[in-house]
Amino acid sequence: MSGQEIVFALLGVVAVGAAILVVTTRNLVHAALWLVVSFGALAGGYLVLTAEFVAWVQVLIYVGAIVVLLLFGIMLTRAPIGESADLDSGNRWAAAAVAVATAAALVTVVVMGFRDERMPLRAGGGSAEELGAAVFRTWVLPFEVLSVLLLASLVGAIVLSRSDIRARPEAGAAADEEG
Amino acid sequence: MHLAYPTVVAALLFSVGVYGVLARRNAILVLMSVELMLNAVNLNLVTFDIWYRDRLHGGQVLTLFTIVIAAAEIGLGLAIVLLVYRNRQMVDVDRLRALAEDPSRPAEPAAPAEPEAEPEAEPEAEAVEEAAP
Repeated sequence: MSGQEIVFALLGVVAVGAAILVVTTRNLVHAALWLVVSFGALAGGYLVLTAEFVAWVQVLIYVGAIVVLLLFGIMLTRAPIGESADLDSGNRWAAAAVAVATAAALVTVVVMGFRDERMPLRAGGGSAEELGAAVFRTWVLPFEVLSVLLLASLVGAIVLSRSDIRARPEAGAAADEEG
Repeated sequence: MHLAYPTVVAALLFSVGVYGVLARRNAILVLMSVELMLNAVNLNLVTFDIWYRDRLHGGQVLTLFTIVIAAAEIGLGLAIVLLVYRNRQMVDVDRLRALAEDPSRPAEPAAPAEPEAEPEAEPEAEAVEEAAP
């Protein structure tokens, strides 16, 4: 077991343990905060895997933006801030069975499939320079499509959250009269 | 580094996310579990990018795209959750069984919630915009 493997295993234990706390804790705000721990440990794992740029984007967007958005959502829906007993629905045992079966199947397949594969870790393989060149040389069309998608989701979020947009009955009635 | 470590971590994270989606009742917790599953996929993408020594960096670039799409998804998802909360005063996914809003109870009783919900919802959309790499 090399040093990289030990560090990655520790970060993986932290990430999976925090994820389990996210889905089992009885406090909504604590769930969002454990999500920060899980995403942070995953960002450390990306660093060990030499994907530096992805690691920093993970920290900026997931830990910085998405968790804050989730906290906004928790506050705006007036969720109980303290402990609440009814965060789990009635089918948690069925859900646990499905999850354990998924984990067993996936881990078995992965371990059997990649039992003696090793991957080369080369420093600088995921630096901002290399990824920037890849994005703007090879992947520039998906990148632009993605910006259109972001614009569409921006417009959609604004339309959904505005409360002064209603169906226009006079327009519908006019169309009915003409039709 | 042995390939089994990151792939096993990703598989475990994915199944934790599956448990969360199936067992949680609050819609925001379900969204958090979806994020966990997306992160498991991201870890797999990065791992196989490095394993194949991909010269085009397809895996890592796709990871960046997935992160951006996750940001867009969480923005829209939270907007929908807030809308549901404004209309029905709860976000429990196993009690939201009606597909249509109740016509006898229009959205007017929720009017006190609106002045607070509205200013917050637009920074949320701006955060989605800033998520572009």
